[in-house]
Amino acid sequence: MSFHFHGVFTGAWSAAAMIAAIVICSTTGEVLTAAAMKSIGDLDVIRAHSGLQGAVKVVITSPLFFSGIFFLALAFFALLFALNHLSLSLVAPAAASLTLVTNAIAGKFLLHENVDHRRWASAVLVCIGVYLLAH
Amino acid sequence: MTQHRLSPQQWMILGLVAVCAPLGDTCLSRGMTHLPAITLAHPGTLIAAVFTPWIALGIALLIGFFASYLTALSWADLTFVLPATAFGNVIVALLSRFWLHEQISPQRWAGIVLITVGVGFVAHGPAVTERHAIDVVAHAAAVEEEHVG
Repeated sequence: MSFHFHGVFTGAWSAAAMIAAIVICSTTGEVLTAAAMKSIGDLDVIRAHSGLQGAVKVVITSPLFFSGIFFLALAFFALLFALNHLSLSLVAPAAASLTLVTNAIAGKFLLHENVDHRRWASAVLVCIGVYLLAH
Repeated sequence: MTQHRLSPQQWMILGLVAVCAPLGDTCLSRGMTHLPAITLAHPGTLIAAVFTPWIALGIALLIGFFASYLTALSWADLTFVLPATAFGNVIVALLSRFWLHEQISPQRWAGIVLITVGVGFVAHGPAVTERHAIDVVAHAAAVEEEHVG
């Protein structure tokens, strides 16, 4: 079995939980940073008004942006934790592609972006792919 | 079309996008598997892990990936850049197999291929069709205006 190297966390459920932690944290982080950038507005316009320093200041003083970065950092440590216990050929494709799917879902329902049939079809392909990865 | 006007330097940036992320992940994996098993009771060891050589190298490569990814996005559509990141899945599989010596079952190979196709599929549709649709609508509106005017 390639689910575990160290024998501390064994079995499919803990593997799924570790991957889910990465996916949930990075989706939350990306949605929050995307929402932050949208609420800040066009950076080019801000830069034209108040220079590069002004643009940087607007971004780093946004609480939404900071909470986004916090979740992205959590996602990174979740990735390190998962790589400590699982093999790379499972974690890397599964986490990256499932994040794409959850981002599409979050984009549709939280950010009200347009997600078409083609994107849902690819989400299904990705899910079948992840299922095969784990077997 | 953006594709036809890419300079050799821009192709190199796309190459970096495809290569840096899998290489970075492989370094992280290499570093983390050589550490003793970390439990949730000692999360501090995860932070200490950041300062070990392989993890630090992995982070540097991931920063390189992010920089080249953002650079690519400044002159190419996301739809054009995403297939480059999807191809990273294949590179990760090859590195896992031949560098980390992981066993990859035929099912797992099939899964990797499906995911890569799935991501490529997502990348190659919406923005292109959407833009085309917008063009068509804009054109129709212009024609209509002309007629009314």
